[in-house]
Amino acid sequence: MKGSIALHWRRIPERYRLEGTHCETCDSYYFPARRICRKCRRKGRIVPYKFSGKGRIYSLTEIHSAPEGLEDQIPYVLAVVELEEGARCTAQIVDVRKKDIKIGDGVEMVFRVVQREDPEGLISYGFKFRKLH
Amino acid sequence: MAGIIGYGAYVPKYRIKTEEIAEVWGEDAERIKSGLGINEKSVPAIDEDSATMAVVAAKIALKRAEIDPKKIGALYVGSESHPYAVKPTATIVAEAIDAVPDLTAADLEFACKAGTAGIQICMGLVGSSMVEYGMAIGSDTAQGRPADALEYSAAAGAGAYLIGKDEESLAIIEDTCSFTTDTPDFWRRPKADFPSHGGRFTGEPAYFRHVRSAADALLKKLNRTIEDYDYFVFHQPNAKFPKTLAKRMGIPQEKITDGLVVPYIGNAYSAAVPLGLANVLDKAKEGERIFISSFGSGAGSDAFSLKVTENIRKRENAENLSYFIDNKEYVSYAVYAKYRRKLKGL
Amino acid sequence: MRQVAIIGVGMTRFGEHWDKGFRDLVTEAGLNALKDAGLSGNEISAGYVGTMAPGSLIGQEHAGALIADYMGLNPVPITRVEGACASGALALRQGIMAVASGIHDIVVIGGVEKMNDLGTAAVSRILGGAGDQEWELFLGATFPGLYALMAKRHMHEYGTTEEMLASAAVKNHKHGAKNPYAQFQKEITMETVLNSKMVADPLKMFDCSPITDGAAALVLAPVETAESYSKKPIELLATDQATDTLALHDRSSLTGIKAAEIASKAAYKKTGLGPKDIQVAEVHDCFTIAEIMAIEDLGFFKKGEGGKATLEGRTTFGGDVVINTSGGLKAAGHPVGATGVKQAVEITWQLRGEAEGRQVKDVEVGLTHNVGGSGATAVVHLYRRL
Repeated sequence: MKGSIALHWRRIPERYRLEGTHCETCDSYYFPARRICRKCRRKGRIVPYKFSGKGRIYSLTEIHSAPEGLEDQIPYVLAVVELEEGARCTAQIVDVRKKDIKIGDGVEMVFRVVQREDPEGLISYGFKFRKLH
Repeated sequence: MAGIIGYGAYVPKYRIKTEEIAEVWGEDAERIKSGLGINEKSVPAIDEDSATMAVVAAKIALKRAEIDPKKIGALYVGSESHPYAVKPTATIVAEAIDAVPDLTAADLEFACKAGTAGIQICMGLVGSSMVEYGMAIGSDTAQGRPADALEYSAAAGAGAYLIGKDEESLAIIEDTCSFTTDTPDFWRRPKADFPSHGGRFTGEPAYFRHVRSAADALLKKLNRTIEDYDYFVFHQPNAKFPKTLAKRMGIPQEKITDGLVVPYIGNAYSAAVPLGLANVLDKAKEGERIFISSFGSGAGSDAFSLKVTENIRKRENAENLSYFIDNKEYVSYAVYAKYRRKLKGL
Repeated sequence: MRQVAIIGVGMTRFGEHWDKGFRDLVTEAGLNALKDAGLSGNEISAGYVGTMAPGSLIGQEHAGALIADYMGLNPVPITRVEGACASGALALRQGIMAVASGIHDIVVIGGVEKMNDLGTAAVSRILGGAGDQEWELFLGATFPGLYALMAKRHMHEYGTTEEMLASAAVKNHKHGAKNPYAQFQKEITMETVLNSKMVADPLKMFDCSPITDGAAALVLAPVETAESYSKKPIELLATDQATDTLALHDRSSLTGIKAAEIASKAAYKKTGLGPKDIQVAEVHDCFTIAEIMAIEDLGFFKKGEGGKATLEGRTTFGGDVVINTSGGLKAAGHPVGATGVKQAVEITWQLRGEAEGRQVKDVEVGLTHNVGGSGATAVVHLYRRL
């Protein structure tokens, strides 16, 4: 959200480095980080976990009509990525058009500009993925 | 002293051919290609900048060095295209590679030699035991004014060098020396979108004088000759300048070939020598010597003498520069203009 | 608990109301509903209004008080209810609970959204707030994008085609052409849908519901007194709501809206009714894929067969069940907070036999299905004639 500095800043460990959580009780992985295990609730033992950044395309689309802040990036491939630990996240897939990528393809996390505000505003960075060859 | 314990090089996927740019301005592409020796140049994606490219290169360097990023005590990013005028690129990179928070970090700017300046700073910090490891990165998304000669060369890329103690090094830095004067051959004032330059003034009084003087001084200091080195890496604003310099210094052309990546990717500014050196390290064998002389307009040159060690095998831990050079996709001038945010309204 | 009935309905036409604001729309729909119920207004003891984002769309919060004021209902308590695109059905559900519990007798329900006071890009961003701001929208997801991710997975797992998706839009425009309250009262062809501008692959412009201004209203009363107000009161048989993860990527399956399946099963269980007992349903087709998933989630068709059934005409007049006689969100329009209430208005007209030009024959039981976001909230209601 534009103009909200802390909103992005507090998510830097997750957005820059894929730091999520792991429930030691049921072996579930959470990205983004959750403090309450969805399966074990209060019995869950949640510890920090840094994801490897490797995963697969679970579903994908190509966005042609962008929301405010991403107009300059269209068209871009957006996917639900299944990380190798099991958690899923939504992210852009870089340097690729839809004809070159499909469900099941391997991907790896990259660090890119996610949104740029107007020339006087902040630049937000974070994870995207690239297709593995 | 100190040495390179890991290195990483990155070039974005997109390329634009010299022909494509020449077509837009009605220029003779063949004349430009033979004049500059640049066939195509790299173009960053719209969501890449000097910070994101620096992160890719830094992560590759870490993979090779196999060290905990938290042990990095100093991190410098040299660039003439920092994403912010005020707010460091180095902190973004340090966060992304998880070197935070116990380190010192800063941005450097010295036209095309800010990357090698960072290496020298890290050498001092490691050599004096102020830090265990230092990371020096040269990263640029250089902009050339449309239709200017620089538009054919201004490119993007990043090279990262992790500096540590001799014994861990894959290449020991035997010595370094610099040559610096106030020579205004190229500049960009605040708020200006594109740099200005002195045309032919960038040649003799700037590039040739500085690169040659630093090189000669280091050879003299080490009491070495051209024959003592297997590879030479010079700053490469185009292919013609380093080739001419090699000829003048009596260096066989084959000794500069591996360090000359400008024909394939253009001039990556602060990353130019770091990328040329990476391409040499990708091939060099234990015991071989590498000689470097960078150049930054304004003006100065940093010369280095390197000796490759057995740890060079660690380069197999990560992608070589050729992986990124070969993995390419050509774009039209229109797409290039979009990616470089030259379109009004973006 | 008391049984609850709808004793009056009313709405504005859905569309681009350049000359009408938020308060104008909601009062127009409210007055129509009061008139339909034959009430003066003095009988009303409470109200609930569903509206998703007036704070962002027109800079106006405190919608409950605004509406009480402009309806001339002060000091009657009116409460705003929000559940993204399911806000309307949630308002109805609050009203049902208020009447059923005995706390209130005559309750007015409103649904309203004024969306055209901002440009498309801004509205898209605001609607995006129905998803996960930090982990979907920030990263480049849009609402069409999220439903496109579901569509791609549905196509991957079940062989659903772009023609099957398009057939839902064609059918809904055919229905909407007969609805005088619909935004688009015009039939379209399969080619129109397939050749329209790509929004988020595979969803094209005509797979998407439009940006709409509009309002709808209902009046509720306890069943025991309903007939003293209305000749044709409609009984609310069940109200069920379920939630799921806010972000789409956290769900085990992307080929259905699990919350809708759970809510509908609960409603069926409570009433002893099943999908076969339902002749007419208004479902949440914010995108064509949403209708395909809805008719599967609600049990009208087996999982994976919704697309084929739609293409074969089994969801229009003469088919197994008539889906979206109003034209659905696609053709009738989607003023977000109003949609859930409009669905109840349409089903009321169908059950009363007043849906001129689009009346389904022999309607006994109707269903509405209203979804918030990409499926994090789902609300199902069942209706029948008293």
